[in-house]
Amino acid sequence: MSFAWAKQYEPKSAFTKWIDEKLPVPRLVYNAVGAGYPVPRNLNYMWNFGVLAGFCLMLQIITGVVLAMQYESDTGVAFASVEHIMRNVNWGWMLRYAHANGASFFFIVIYLHIFRGLYYSSYKAPREMIWLLGVVIFLLMMATAFMGYVLPWGQMSFWGAKVITGLFGAIPLIGEPLQVWLVGGYAPNDATLSRFFSLHFLLPFVIAGVVILHIWALHIPGSSNPTGVEVKQESDTVPFHPYYTAKDGFGLGVFLILFTLFVFFLPNVLGHPDNYIEANPLSTPAHIVPEWYFLPFYAILRAFTGDLALFGVTLVPAKLLGVIAMFGSILVWFFLPWLDKSPVRSGSYRPLFKKFFWFGLVPCMILLTICGGSPAEEPWVILSQIATAYYFLHFLVILPIVSQIEVPKPLPFSITEAVLGSDDKPGSMEGGGDKPGKVVKPLPGSDPDGSLAPAE
Amino acid sequence: MTIRLAGIIVGLVITGILVLWSLLPGALNYSAPEKPDYYAFKEELIEPAGGFSFEGPLGKWDTAQLQRGYSVYKQVCSSCHSLQYVAFRNLQEIGFSEAEVRAEAASWQVPGIDPQTGESIMRPAEPTDHFPMPYPNKTAARLANNNAYPPDLSLITKARPDGVHYVYSLNLGYKEPDPELVEKTGFETPTGLYFNVYFPSINLAMPQQIYDGLVTYPDGTEPTAEQISADVTAFLAWTAEPKMIQRKQTGWVVLGFLLFMTALAFLSYKQVWAGMKPKKK
Repeated sequence: MSFAWAKQYEPKSAFTKWIDEKLPVPRLVYNAVGAGYPVPRNLNYMWNFGVLAGFCLMLQIITGVVLAMQYESDTGVAFASVEHIMRNVNWGWMLRYAHANGASFFFIVIYLHIFRGLYYSSYKAPREMIWLLGVVIFLLMMATAFMGYVLPWGQMSFWGAKVITGLFGAIPLIGEPLQVWLVGGYAPNDATLSRFFSLHFLLPFVIAGVVILHIWALHIPGSSNPTGVEVKQESDTVPFHPYYTAKDGFGLGVFLILFTLFVFFLPNVLGHPDNYIEANPLSTPAHIVPEWYFLPFYAILRAFTGDLALFGVTLVPAKLLGVIAMFGSILVWFFLPWLDKSPVRSGSYRPLFKKFFWFGLVPCMILLTICGGSPAEEPWVILSQIATAYYFLHFLVILPIVSQIEVPKPLPFSITEAVLGSDDKPGSMEGGGDKPGKVVKPLPGSDPDGSLAPAE
Repeated sequence: MTIRLAGIIVGLVITGILVLWSLLPGALNYSAPEKPDYYAFKEELIEPAGGFSFEGPLGKWDTAQLQRGYSVYKQVCSSCHSLQYVAFRNLQEIGFSEAEVRAEAASWQVPGIDPQTGESIMRPAEPTDHFPMPYPNKTAARLANNNAYPPDLSLITKARPDGVHYVYSLNLGYKEPDPELVEKTGFETPTGLYFNVYFPSINLAMPQQIYDGLVTYPDGTEPTAEQISADVTAFLAWTAEPKMIQRKQTGWVVLGFLLFMTALAFLSYKQVWAGMKPKKK
């Protein structure tokens, strides 16, 4: 599954030889994140976020498992048990702040990881499966984070849960019974809290399983890179270890410094003060807002203010339109590999795509985040409607058309040429140019020059 | 091609529905929200001169101030507001000795059971007890307070936006409304509510509690209203987050370790990659 020049694991001691015959875990690690995995030599810092996301998942699982030893999922004492962790459990405050801010940082990392994928078209052949599994991971993360936010049983926990579970009530015919079945009652209650706790504990391990598939799928074609030109020759790659273990180590350090600033100095700025008030079903907060990482999708949900009606007959109520659009806004990512058919991967070589990315999609997402956190009044409603319209147009209309009409810039001959300038003109160096030595077999769906063949 | 065509059609349909049924009707009936008339009275939160000692990354508790704040809570706030997540033993963290805590706890009455008769009684508190509830239940609390429930104060500075400054300001926010504005807006404060420029809806159920000279401090601090409000706010900041200073101090150690490790990681990254990087022309 790797390039011909990948280094082979050679057990040296009698013990590692014995292990290698029985259960070759060291070999697996060597091939996955060791010297046995050749990686393009030109990855920039945007390629740090995969490793960081894996780190965040481990951090959340470790802090979460320890917190679960002290937390009580009973509506009568859930809020008090969180305060018990904050006040009486040794280092409990640090665990809880690390877990709560860890969720925020996990989403920061994952959004950068996704937008890296969008800019460099990492979803294109031969990497569609990696992208699809990534979208599945993102959906699982959203479910996990939502249920985790309910557990402290503060005001926003309760009312957020009520709003989000209420979305299922918008489904025609089966909506209301489905909602009652999912919640275990007509409003969030003890049964809801217990099942959310159970699922919140389970889902991270499901995520870990899909992450394994995600990485497995990645190791078949290997990592993409900022030029989007496929690996052709040995000089295009470096072994993952020590080159990218060193770079990821530095990236992890920078990430941890930023994380530390929030955990120890600003632990509550990303949360909502209302969640330090115990849940009260009789008192609705002035503005119900989800956690910041859900705000863009919350804005899309609320953008649909009018029922779809013809001649006075309501065909689709506004609430259902909003729910469809909110789920659709993520489902559309599943179709990206087939919507964007430009043979060039990297946004750096696509002038028109690049303009729509930086001046369309990025401001659109920022605007949606701001609108999602604002009260449902003008001018936020109309701004969220404009941004929502652009969001769907971008992925469903602009991307397919741009990929058809755009004239991309000329691509470098190889990754080596892109890195070393003209040194890799054909014939200029051993193992490169027209004497590639060990040339990799072209991957399915790609031209010999590494660019993607148009599908039709 | 089929997928792209289908995508374009779906995209146009979604956008069309959004624009024709939501955006256009909304734009035609566009009306900026009218602020409720009490917005005219709102004022920016204030802070004591020099700020609070515990603020900022290098902040420290002023234990003398916390003890003064505790005495204000005990003499004033505790008649209506509970402090349910704080135990008397916690008072050792703000500088009381073990014996003082024992004596302080004994000056509070908490519900208990008479070991002789099995009947419910009030008994002096032990250090392990939490602060008692001022009312037997929520209904009694509402009945005694014009149907408003006095919130628990253990977390109050974390449970309000900019909570520390909010609590400090609110205590001092009882003013006479500007008569011109009252005439212009027709704003009224109903009986049983009190005008306060820092409360979200201006009319607050709690009457003014803090006045100059309300308490006397054994340490000789002059009990101005500002001083009393600052002291009780500092105490409530401590009850909301007793581990705040430990948190910040731990943060510096962690940060120092991480800066050192990250510098090492950077150097090893540079060394590993030396010779691999392009020679820029």
